Formats: sequence, structure tokens, C-alpha cells
Amino acid sequence: MAVEVRIPTILRTYTDGSKTVEAKGETLADLIDNLEADHPGLKGRLVDNGSLRRFVNIYVNDEDVRFLGGLAAELADGDSVTVLPAVAGG
Amino acid sequence: MRYETFLDSVGGTPLVGLPRLSPTPDVRLWAKLEDRNPTGSVKDRAALSMIRAAEAEGRLKPGVTILEPTSGNTGISLAMAARVLGYRIVCVMPENTSPERRELLAMYGAEVVLSPAAGGSNEAVRVAQRMAHANPGWVMLYQYGNPANARAHYETTGPEILADLPTITHFVAGLGTTGTLMGAGRFLREKVPGVEVVAAEPRYGELVYGLRNIDEGFIPELYDPDVLTTRFSVGPRDAVRRVRQLLDEEGIFAGISTGAILHAALGVARKAVRAGRRADIAFIVCDGGWKYLSTGVYSGDLDDAEEALDGQLWA
Repeated sequence: MAVEVRIPTILRTYTDGSKTVEAKGETLADLIDNLEADHPGLKGRLVDNGSLRRFVNIYVNDEDVRFLGGLAAELADGDSVTVLPAVAGG
Repeated sequence: MRYETFLDSVGGTPLVGLPRLSPTPDVRLWAKLEDRNPTGSVKDRAALSMIRAAEAEGRLKPGVTILEPTSGNTGISLAMAARVLGYRIVCVMPENTSPERRELLAMYGAEVVLSPAAGGSNEAVRVAQRMAHANPGWVMLYQYGNPANARAHYETTGPEILADLPTITHFVAGLGTTGTLMGAGRFLREKVPGVEVVAAEPRYGELVYGLRNIDEGFIPELYDPDVLTTRFSVGPRDAVRRVRQLLDEEGIFAGISTGAILHAALGVARKAVRAGRRADIAFIVCDGGWKYLSTGVYSGDLDDAEEALDGQLWA
């Protein structure tokens, strides 16, 4: 159940500067708990009071997890997870 | 077709079928050619709508200065209208945008204030807000939170698409200010039971996400996730690949953001084919490719194209 997680620049202080890390999890919530074990402090930057932080976007295979069940979104082996801060377009 | 003035000719754009890109006769793609607007982009709709609303409210009067943070197209639309209607305009634009956009703004007489590349449009919004504070007499139309932006699409883009494609099953557009998706998406949801509204969001290089703190993020005030069925993040490689495919297979020369939208539309089409469902998928062609020629991404190696767009606001 290995999933590749892409970490934005601003959160790489938690991953020793690594751009991508590997983690396991049946769901996004599991994955984030497992990430926290290896990279303490990261979870608090992603999750607040049991839901995704307002300005954090997480994508599973490029689809926004808020439309896939949020933290309950299911993951499969080989999925790719991307974390990005919400920024303005237009 | 005849119009009293150039500004009146906004909207009423063609919807064209894409027989070569459509995967099957039952799953069809349709392109709404928004490059056929007065300044060549979908933003003419929002810009004119915001100006008209501000005039109606009495906020915008002759001699007043318009201020707007923009990555390009909205500024170009506003600058053209401002020139014709006699307003002064100041645009705040991130420095990592194509030179054509700056030239077009200057050509229409806009004053351009460049904001730092790091932070992208977030930074342009912040700079514009500071300037608005320092110049209380100026009118910031503020495309990210101005209801007249989404309303333009609720009143024109949405109804035009439905009139041309009553069998529509999916609407796909880019997510920037969110105006197109919120306006046209809301209209289509009201009229077409089960219609899916799909957002394609450009994924930029790291420089653009250069926030100091994750809590400095930005979500446009217009955004209501309940209007969307789902939302895809599309990187520059897929956007370029698709924008070339649109040109090669259907002859349509579009801007790079349209490639990102087409990528999402093709994903939706593939899913419909797999599920054995019929689909009529309408997507927005935001603008033509002219303003992006200097990026060099329309020819040559994909790796080079991807590299050329790294750190650029390509959508």
C-alpha cells in the first residue's frame, strides 16, 4: 500500500527538505497519521479539528479529495497524493 | 451579426463539436470558443459585467480610476472597456506572466504595476489591496469576490451553452476566480438534472506557491464547492500536450489554460465510455494561443515546454 506524497516547499521543513515521501494508508486519514509518525508536526499543518485545513488542498491522482470523501477518501497501492496550498488564479 | 458598439458584441460565441477528439459517437466533446470575444478571452464577459454593475451602483463615474489585480486576461478586457468608456485603469500583475499580456495592457492604455513572482496572483491581490487602501477614490472591481463576475456567466455563458446543447451532461471549465464555474455551473444545475460541473485547476511550479505560511493561502470569495461535482489539478505538461492535440486534431489554436481544461474533459469522457454512458461534454476555450507564443511551448520537445513554464503563471 505504498503511496507517493508530494510535499509543497512550505511544508518541507517537516520532511528534511524532501519533495516526495512515501507512506501507507487505506484512507487519507490513515496516510496522514502514518506521515505524522515519520514526520512529526506535519499532521497539524494539514488537519485542524478533524478536517482538512482551509488553505490546504490535497489531490489523489490529481483529483481534489474534498470531492472524494475528504479525509475518508480511499487510497490504493500506487496512488499519488499531492499537497498544495490554496492560491489565487485568474 | 450586427451590434451598435464593439462592447455590445461580447458573448454569443460558437459551440463547436470535436469529432476527432470525441472518443465515441455517444460520448462527445464540444468547445465553447470564448476567444471569439472582443479582446479574445472569456474574461470580456466578467469585465464588462463588473463595469456595468459598478456604473449602475454609481461607484464608477467618468474620471474615476479602476484598479484590478489580474494575471492578464481580465486586465486586458477591463483596459479595452476603460479606454472606450473613458476610465483610467491601473492593473497589478505578477511579473511571471507572458510579455504579450503586459504589451496588450500597455497598448490599451493601462498602467501596469508588477507584483513579485513569488506568490503569484496571491501577491498581486495583496499589492492591489494595499493600493486600494492608499487610494480610497479608486474603484477596485475585484474579480475574485465580485458577484457581477459569476452573474455574467449565469446570465450569458450558461444559457448560451444550454440553448446550443440541450443534451449536455458535463460542463468543464478552468478554476481561477471561479466566476465561470460558479455562474454557468449554477445555471446548468438549475436547468439540467444530474449535470456534472467539473473544474480544471492549473498546477503551477513551486515558485507560485511560495507562501511564507500556509495560512496565507487564498480562496476566492465567489467559490462555493457545492456547485462543483469535482475538481482536477492539471500540471503544465498535460496542459501543453492537450493544447497541441486540440490544434493538431481539430485545428483550434488555444491558450495553455485551455489545454488543462481539455485534459479534464478527456478524463471525464474516458470515464463515461468505461461506464457505458452517453455524454455531451461542453468545455471552455478561454482564449487563443497568441498571447503565449513567446513561451515557445507550441512546438518542440515536451520537456523543454514544461521547463519553460516552470514558475510562470501560464493560465
